[in-house]
Amino acid sequence: MSLVLIAALPFIGALFPGLMIRAGRNACAMMTGSFTLLALILLLIEAPAVLQGEVIRNQISWIPSLGLHANFFLDGLGLLFAGMILGIGLLVILYARFYLYKTDPMGQFYTYLMLFQGAMVGIVLSDNILLLLIFWELTSLSSFLLIGYWKHLPEGRQGARMALAVTGGGGLALIGGMLLLGGIVGSYDMTVILQSRDVIQASPWYLPALLLILLGCFTKSAQFPFHFWLPHAMAAPTPVSAYLHSATMVKAGLFLMARLWPVLAGTDAWFYIVGITGLITMVLGAVIALFKDDLKALLAFSTVSHLGLITMLLGFGTAEAAVVAVFHIINHATFKAALFMTAGIVDHEAHTRDIKRLGGLRHLMPITFTIATIAALSMAGIPLLNGFLSKEMMLEEAAHTDIWVGIFATLGALFSVAYSFRFIAHTFLGPKRDDYPGHPHDPGFGLWAAPAFLAVLVVIIGILPQTVVGALVAATSGAVIQAELPYYSLQLWHGVTPALFMSIIAVVGGVLVLMSFRRMEGVWNALPRPEAKTIFDWIVEGIAGASRRLTDALHDGAISRYLMIFAATAVITGVVSFMGGTHAAGTHQLLPAGPMAIIGLLLLTVASLGVVLFHRNRLLSLVIISVNGLVISLGFVYLSAPDLALTQLTVEVVTIILLLLALNFLPKETPRESTMGRKWRDGIVSVAAGIAVGGLAYALMARDLAFQSISQFHLDQSYPGGGGTNVVNVILVDFRGYDTFGEIIVLGIAALAIYALTQTLLHGRASRRLMEIGKGIKRDGDRHPLMLVVATRVMMPIAVMVGVYIFLRGHNEPGGGFVAGLVVSIALLMQYMASGFAWAQARQRADYHAIIASGVLIAAATGVGAWFADRPFLTSAFGYFQIPPMDKFELATAMAFDLGVFLAVVGSVMLALASLSRLARRAGETVNDTPMDIDPSKTTEEAR
Amino acid sequence: MNHLILAPVILPAILAPLIVLAMRHEITLQRVFSVAGSAALVVIAFLLFGQAETGQIQVYEMGNWPAPFGIVLVLDRLSALMVMMTSILGLGVALYAMGSGWDARGKHFHALFQFQVMGINGAFLTGDAFNLFVFFEILLIASYGLMIHAGGRMRLRAGVQYVVYNLAGSALFLFALGTIYGVTGTLNMADLAMRVAALPEGDGALLRVGAVLLLIVFAVKAAVVPIHFWLPNTYTHAPAPVAALFAIMTKVGAYAILRMYTLVFGPDMPAIGTLAGDWLLPAAVVTVTLGMLGVLGSKHLGRLVSFSVIGSMGTLFLAIGIFTPEATAAALYYMIHSTFAAAVLFLIADLVVARRGAAGADVVAAPPIAQNGLIAALFFGAAIAMTGLPPLSGFIGKLLILDAAREGAQMVVIFAAILITSLIAVVGFARAGTTVFWKAYAVEGTSTPAPAQELPLVVTGALLSTMALLVALAGPVTGYLEATSAQLYERELYIEAVMPPVNAEGMPIPQSGTPEGEGPLPPDGPQTALPDGAEPGTVPGAYDNEGAQ
Repeated sequence: MSLVLIAALPFIGALFPGLMIRAGRNACAMMTGSFTLLALILLLIEAPAVLQGEVIRNQISWIPSLGLHANFFLDGLGLLFAGMILGIGLLVILYARFYLYKTDPMGQFYTYLMLFQGAMVGIVLSDNILLLLIFWELTSLSSFLLIGYWKHLPEGRQGARMALAVTGGGGLALIGGMLLLGGIVGSYDMTVILQSRDVIQASPWYLPALLLILLGCFTKSAQFPFHFWLPHAMAAPTPVSAYLHSATMVKAGLFLMARLWPVLAGTDAWFYIVGITGLITMVLGAVIALFKDDLKALLAFSTVSHLGLITMLLGFGTAEAAVVAVFHIINHATFKAALFMTAGIVDHEAHTRDIKRLGGLRHLMPITFTIATIAALSMAGIPLLNGFLSKEMMLEEAAHTDIWVGIFATLGALFSVAYSFRFIAHTFLGPKRDDYPGHPHDPGFGLWAAPAFLAVLVVIIGILPQTVVGALVAATSGAVIQAELPYYSLQLWHGVTPALFMSIIAVVGGVLVLMSFRRMEGVWNALPRPEAKTIFDWIVEGIAGASRRLTDALHDGAISRYLMIFAATAVITGVVSFMGGTHAAGTHQLLPAGPMAIIGLLLLTVASLGVVLFHRNRLLSLVIISVNGLVISLGFVYLSAPDLALTQLTVEVVTIILLLLALNFLPKETPRESTMGRKWRDGIVSVAAGIAVGGLAYALMARDLAFQSISQFHLDQSYPGGGGTNVVNVILVDFRGYDTFGEIIVLGIAALAIYALTQTLLHGRASRRLMEIGKGIKRDGDRHPLMLVVATRVMMPIAVMVGVYIFLRGHNEPGGGFVAGLVVSIALLMQYMASGFAWAQARQRADYHAIIASGVLIAAATGVGAWFADRPFLTSAFGYFQIPPMDKFELATAMAFDLGVFLAVVGSVMLALASLSRLARRAGETVNDTPMDIDPSKTTEEAR
Repeated sequence: MNHLILAPVILPAILAPLIVLAMRHEITLQRVFSVAGSAALVVIAFLLFGQAETGQIQVYEMGNWPAPFGIVLVLDRLSALMVMMTSILGLGVALYAMGSGWDARGKHFHALFQFQVMGINGAFLTGDAFNLFVFFEILLIASYGLMIHAGGRMRLRAGVQYVVYNLAGSALFLFALGTIYGVTGTLNMADLAMRVAALPEGDGALLRVGAVLLLIVFAVKAAVVPIHFWLPNTYTHAPAPVAALFAIMTKVGAYAILRMYTLVFGPDMPAIGTLAGDWLLPAAVVTVTLGMLGVLGSKHLGRLVSFSVIGSMGTLFLAIGIFTPEATAAALYYMIHSTFAAAVLFLIADLVVARRGAAGADVVAAPPIAQNGLIAALFFGAAIAMTGLPPLSGFIGKLLILDAAREGAQMVVIFAAILITSLIAVVGFARAGTTVFWKAYAVEGTSTPAPAQELPLVVTGALLSTMALLVALAGPVTGYLEATSAQLYERELYIEAVMPPVNAEGMPIPQSGTPEGEGPLPPDGPQTALPDGAEPGTVPGAYDNEGAQ
């Protein structure tokens, strides 16, 4: 399990810095470092075996169905990278301890750094490509946090976003590529994939998979044309640049290319895409680096160039080139990290990294100067340093490949020499200046210890390559190639080879270029160059702006358009789906239309048209709508459905009354909003919808059911099973009592919502608006007329009696709790309308909330009661009783349920009314305590 | 008889009126009971989950009427899963509403909340298409009440659009049910499944109309473009805990589609075929694209999150629309994930607003808020989840979907849609997050002091950690979901569980325990409801309506 532990340790370590910072910065750094150190030690324990060619595996099953497992393996390639990540990580932790300013939140920094470290270790140890993807994206995320570490700097935020967009986007492409790759092989295990070269390269999906995977690698490793994010990532603190953006994260792409090299490389597509991209990146990066004045930008582009170099070597697809690539990865990591750290030191001490403002620092910062010079010379490829060795070998490979490749490689090397020398010469050489922004001097040991260590490595690898890293290179190369190692030798002198001449040309040329730097810079600056950041911003801002305009335009709140689209969607999908099926027309004979039907149809049509025509006059359209409701009620009567007719009629009355009251608070007229075009559009859609619905209804009514409908059972069982002869009522309270239970809850909720809504309107702006509206209402002189008062008073007991009657007979005759509730509600509503709310309210004590709640509770209790008879919810029981002198009568639990329905209905209607009347009072309606405004039974004086 | 199946519905259905009846003036009492009820629901949900895990489908016959004549509740793996998600989210929302004081800003929060939970659970448990309509009404009207909780101009305006649009959806629901009943003569889902399979060819076209209208109804709830228009404003302006609860509401639509289009209108029905997938897949591509573009284009945190919900629904329907067991299992994983991701994001947006003063939820630079680092970290985590990056469950969900989408012609489209929109979402969230949480440090000024409330932070963190848990337990979770999906596609299991066995005369055999002489025994006589000689699980197509002859 040591591999799992190695991968997990940095993540565990990420938990502590935030806490340990309370014990001081040293404690924090040491705590953080100890986790990395521990992981490194564990790795080194495994190293000897791996160097012998062993492969160590740890496997934990995770998601079998997906094929994603926490499988790790350690071979030479993994060892090299893990060693680099942890080793340089340790140095960076040390360096950062002294680099960060007192005001910087160090705990956060180390947390992010450790997250990154863990992710990176995870990538290189993954034996499962899906697991690798997880770690891959985690590096993008942690890099985002690290680049944006200085949150107040716009460059940091923009650089972080850009890096995330490019590398995260590449990661998404990689997901696609890896899934394709896994699909080809039939497994997501790296070990299996690595043995499936022939299958992969023969698959038609090879090219798409390759392209997507390379997209991931190229973005991560800053290959042309995705190189632009790396320089902007330099907004991060320098330890981050040294660690992520030179030594490790940007090498993840290289790692993956090396990892998959055995199965992906060797085809023409691989050679041309990878080789040429690498070559272009190498030359382009080197040229741009020369002209950068910012030390870190110079180093960033040099990194781009060196990454291109390694990519190119991998792209050649030969075993020899792969060995060189591996060797250069080691060398580049050592000298480039050291260079970044020295650049950071210069920035830290001189308070600038602008080469134009530097120079002559060798006197002031001799130690830094020494380290920087060693590292930079290695970067330039000067003998006795490790950079020379691998560059020499690279040129050799380039020369073998193609004459043009050789020429361009030499050109790249030439510029590499030039910018390396420039880094030394323009920063440290030259006369001492007196206008540095800070007071440059060598820093304390803590800050230069890490780069110094790396510089020592640069030298000893340079002198004794075979002794120091021979075994590592061999093991790593073996892992990359997955076959016999080719012949190669890591040594200083290879004899007089083409590479030697190319090297000499590069060095001499580089010096010449630097000598004519001023002139070349003038030319460079005069050249029109595309600025990557500008283009990137333009694209992102463009898409974001377009998205905003698109979504804002689509979602502008025009409900009529929303509904038009809804209706059109329903019609189109319905019609198209209809066309896709087989339709046998119905066989029913059309019945002749009687006069009642024709009159009803005409009324409906005219009323509907009337609503369309007069919809802007709200009162009028409400009146016309009520005609529709009445015709539908009559329709139910016509079709012999008295229950439905009763219900529809009473519902109509209640809703229309409530709507009338609500209209009080609304403008009398709807504003004119629709243009002619929109009216046509909506008109066409509505007509189409109407025809479609009509057609559908016709088609359904003209045919017979293929199977007997379930309603026959209801008819049969109503009396024997449900104890009632009124099937509709038995359905409501028994067969489908659960539906009814739900529906009375809907009613109750509606009333509660109305109440809650009106409550919110009684405060603040809404309240003031209400009072404004109130001022505009013209009030009748006789709001509570005598005739109405008397009539409703007389009606009241009759109506309640009718309600009770309807309720009681409901189970066997048309009626029931729902209708009864509505009838009683109407009777009450009439009292309120006749004498005003306050007067009527004062004459009854029940709280409507309580009525609704007890209605629902009674219904629920009736249902739950069945549990005690060991029956399911809402199972009804009924029996017949006789109490002399009455006739035999039936009692059913369904009646209790119906009582719940009744109460919920009454409560809901009345609560809605009460809520509206609160609004009315806020709108300035006066409260009356007499039943009528003009009471003739009293004298005029009394009345006043 | 297992009354526990009813508990997720009846418990809140009793609790809510009790709150209205006895506690409506006393917020503390409401809170205690509402939270206790929600916690009890979590326990119940776990018990039910355990029962469903055995693979046995349990049926609860309302009023002791056998299917298809009465209403049945059905507990299978999927419904147990949905109820569990609802209850966990519900508890979180109740605690957040209490901790943040949202519940006291208007009337009846907890009553409406309980009714809402009841409606959602009822929709998940019912085995009857019309009863589904009833519960859609309950959850719609309760959600409207919750949505306009605490009032305010923008909220009320959005509320009107919400309720009007969804009422249009309800009307269409009735059309759809009418059509389906008009063709098949039944509304019980299992019965429907049997009848649809045996339907004469000539009824196919009308059945397809019913099926597709129903699809639209559910797609409205699930906010599939172009019938999603109600969502952005509603979610943006709803009170934060309500918006968080609404994260499960879109899933009600998704659930209903999964249920109906595997059980009743499954791909192997001759008249239906790939009808649902044919409409859903293209719509899903547009949905995920529009949603994520909306994320990129939003200048308001709430709106951004709302669009990300649309985007995630698009992703979800890319998986659902494939209609294979593998893809459905992947869809279920992503559904769990996206529910919590959306909920957490809404809560985080509220945490920001509560500390921000005048800037509100606008994506602009304002002085750093109190607890900026902590809330930024929460946002970072939730954004990772929503955009589908590792290490949270969104990534696993997307991997599962992509893996399942690999077979078939639609692969390239689905891959491209998911991967490209993920990138758009990443950029969108990164822009918003850096502006709100990082750019703040470039602005001078002081912000509102932190509200002295720990609970909202704890709840948000806990809900966020569910997504880490989903990753850690991905093995067992995907195992359960695969079994769930397999159960969905084995329609016979469901049908056999729901439809009563019949004897040689075609009569339902009384269930053991039903005493003689009571309960809904079928009468003697010619009008038997079930076909002669029909066996359990066979199609009742053997009997033709007399009128047809």
